[in-house]
Amino acid sequence: MSSSQNLPPLHFVLIGHVDHGKSSLIGRLLHDADALPHGKKDAMEKMCKRRGVTFQWAFLMDALQAERDQGVTIDSAWIRFNSHGREYILIDAPGHERFVRNMITGAERADAALLVIDAQEGLQEQSFRHGFLLHLMGVRQLGVVINKMDLVDYEVARFTALEKEIREYFERLDIDPVAIIPVSAVEGDNIVQRSSNMPWYKGTNVLDALQNFQARGESVDLPLRFPIQDVYRNDTQRILVGRIESGQMRIGDELLFSPSNQTATLASIENYPDESPAQVQAGQCAGITLKEKIFVERGELVSHPKNPPIESDVFRARIFWLAQTPLCTGDVCELRLANTRITADIENIEWVVDPASLRRNQVDAIQVNEIGEIVIRARTILAFDPFDENTNTGRFVLAWDKQIQGGGTISMQGYTDRRLARRATNITRVPHHVTIDERAQRTGHKNGVLWFTGLSGAGKSTLALTLERRLYERGFQVFVLDGDNLRYGLNADLGFSPEDRVENIRRAFEVAGLFSRAGMLVITAFISPYASDRTRAREVIGDGFREIHIHADIEVCEKRDPKGLYKKAHSGEIREFTGISAPYETPKNPDLTIDTAVNNIEECVEKLLAYVEAEFRL
Amino acid sequence: MNRLDRLENQSIYILREAVATIDNIAMLWSLGKDSNTMIRLAQKAFFGRMPFPLLHVDTGKKFPEMYAFRDEYAKKWNINLLRQECPDISETDEDLPPAARSAARKSLGLKSAIAAHGFRGLIAGIRRDEEATRAKERVFSPRGSSGEWQPRKQPPEFWNQYATDPPPGAHIRIHPLLHWTERDIWAYIRREDIPVVDLYFARDGKRYRSLGDTDITRPIDSTATTIGEILDELAQTRQAERAGRLMDHESEDAFERLRVDGYM
Repeated sequence: MSSSQNLPPLHFVLIGHVDHGKSSLIGRLLHDADALPHGKKDAMEKMCKRRGVTFQWAFLMDALQAERDQGVTIDSAWIRFNSHGREYILIDAPGHERFVRNMITGAERADAALLVIDAQEGLQEQSFRHGFLLHLMGVRQLGVVINKMDLVDYEVARFTALEKEIREYFERLDIDPVAIIPVSAVEGDNIVQRSSNMPWYKGTNVLDALQNFQARGESVDLPLRFPIQDVYRNDTQRILVGRIESGQMRIGDELLFSPSNQTATLASIENYPDESPAQVQAGQCAGITLKEKIFVERGELVSHPKNPPIESDVFRARIFWLAQTPLCTGDVCELRLANTRITADIENIEWVVDPASLRRNQVDAIQVNEIGEIVIRARTILAFDPFDENTNTGRFVLAWDKQIQGGGTISMQGYTDRRLARRATNITRVPHHVTIDERAQRTGHKNGVLWFTGLSGAGKSTLALTLERRLYERGFQVFVLDGDNLRYGLNADLGFSPEDRVENIRRAFEVAGLFSRAGMLVITAFISPYASDRTRAREVIGDGFREIHIHADIEVCEKRDPKGLYKKAHSGEIREFTGISAPYETPKNPDLTIDTAVNNIEECVEKLLAYVEAEFRL
Repeated sequence: MNRLDRLENQSIYILREAVATIDNIAMLWSLGKDSNTMIRLAQKAFFGRMPFPLLHVDTGKKFPEMYAFRDEYAKKWNINLLRQECPDISETDEDLPPAARSAARKSLGLKSAIAAHGFRGLIAGIRRDEEATRAKERVFSPRGSSGEWQPRKQPPEFWNQYATDPPPGAHIRIHPLLHWTERDIWAYIRREDIPVVDLYFARDGKRYRSLGDTDITRPIDSTATTIGEILDELAQTRQAERAGRLMDHESEDAFERLRVDGYM
């Protein structure tokens, strides 16, 4: 076997505007590099004669009947060839704007790209778009081929003007082309041999330029990222499988699972049928077992505790959109990141870029094949990395109806790591000298938190305050924590930005937890629309937590509208209003549901009183 | 990691992803070198216990050596084997050229098997370097509700995110070997000591490079009697792997038409 059989092949993609001659260049390159299968050109020439059309180099590449009939490359193809002892995988990507999805499919694995530009037409819409997409996808190695120089009489002035324009454009994207080469694919100028038609050009030819590209290796030196792909159970063990996206791990390592925030020790690395290695690293599909019994599923992201991924339900993303239906603010998508699939809301569309001028336009929707920046809010906490820090765990796709419609890369600019919010879990609590049981003996009831959740206008505050009075009269140590009241003092520094809302709820349940541990029965009245926040409250508060869904249909709440908020939400005066322009995640398994549309206040309070008596009275 | 390790890991990822995301799948076993390689990869991916059956779509016209191989290794590898017979040639599309028509029996047999078992995913051992339309395939390739490939409507596929949800009544073809070359397959067979039918090795100056039905497959001139010699031969040759498969060459688009209609 030759040595090239052990090096990673270099994947490079040909991109550019339709009709700028990508397929022709490939046909010519393979022919001149002597890499075409035997008889392929002869067969094509015969086919052309039979059909009465002139032979074109592109025919060698366009495999589908429709491609040959229409002279347009529809889908990416992979073509392998060897040159100078190295293996290349050339990906022929379509240039027509209708097939951007296929261009992306071709370009995603590319280590490098060759951008083909027609010398007559210069940079066109898809040249810019493809260039920008490569930038977004993290491809930084670029060569530029100025094709059809024969049609501009091999003029140096034309080349120099284009060269300047190209360098200026890519400088703004932080890309420095390794070469800008004037060629004629049809005539074979500067493809494999130096052209006698352009003596003024002293640079490299296309084939030689390819040698300067580097293949991407595995990210062994980055922190460990091991997304769980599946869990296999047999009689004796549970094997967690997945591919290590970066870093390495070895037997005995302490592993952190995010976002479930559990830790366990790596007990064994499974291998069939060979012996188990002591260590596995990026690029390998591993199967591991753990020393401790913890519950983990597909989608968890494994790291070392010292270098964890970010945890957040909200982040910024630069995306490309491939669906005919535009993506709008407020749309709901399925977000797929590594092996996780979760529901996510498009919270805001920040801007769409014009690839030619790189100008950012503020819009409400991202149209097909456009590139823009958005804010995404997932319905649960997600573990990931910023794309700049870890490519494989910093990108995602968006799906509608189970079909992939776009993709994006993550930035945390302006957002905070939610993991920081729970750092305090590592501190040891000082034990009290008064036990919780002693406190209960004195009050005559157990402590706890009645966590009211529901839409604005569902009746949370009204019921909470009425219930507080009635329980007080029955001798309960009871106190209502109301959202507005907390914002006067403890939360006065918080606004309504996403992080502030999260922090607002966090402080609320922390305070509720303190009151509860003091022996009291606490009633809270917060919309708390996200299941993740309520789950967290339950985790922090513990045993005495009761999720109580104060339910009324949105129509009923709108009709009540005690604070006039729905009216403002509809007029756009209030943005992100729960139930109108922001989601409310209905509790799946509440401890109690109170329907305020069916029952009047007195009936509701009676139900709550009965519930409290049964659950909390000693 | 070396080249074969990279390919192996990629294929294992694809196989596990298929099992994790699609209910009711089967792996196609054509008894050839590529599907034997897939079996080995699946044994590794699932730690010796394959979580799906193998489906042999049997035209009844394979070489006797292949049937003997099937019966021997189905037992040895403890395989849950499903056999599907193919209908008579009279049921195939009359407009196809003769060899393609013969091959089309396999597509019809496959359709019957899908209907009978309700498969939502089929793992097939095709590779990009075999043939030009296969070079445009996806790793997860949705088929229409009547099993057809719609090359113009292929979904985007990037960042290891796949089209794992077949439309109602349809299925997904999963191609774990898509990135491998013929030489990779042989190098891996040698490294892993994977058994293959003897027909691949030269006898009397001829060997089969690709195995199909007896009546539409021709051997090539070769003196390669070992895997090492096959690898050397492949390093030299400029002939296409499927040159001996008659249905690929009857007309310009014969094979594309077969594939559009559900062939592998």
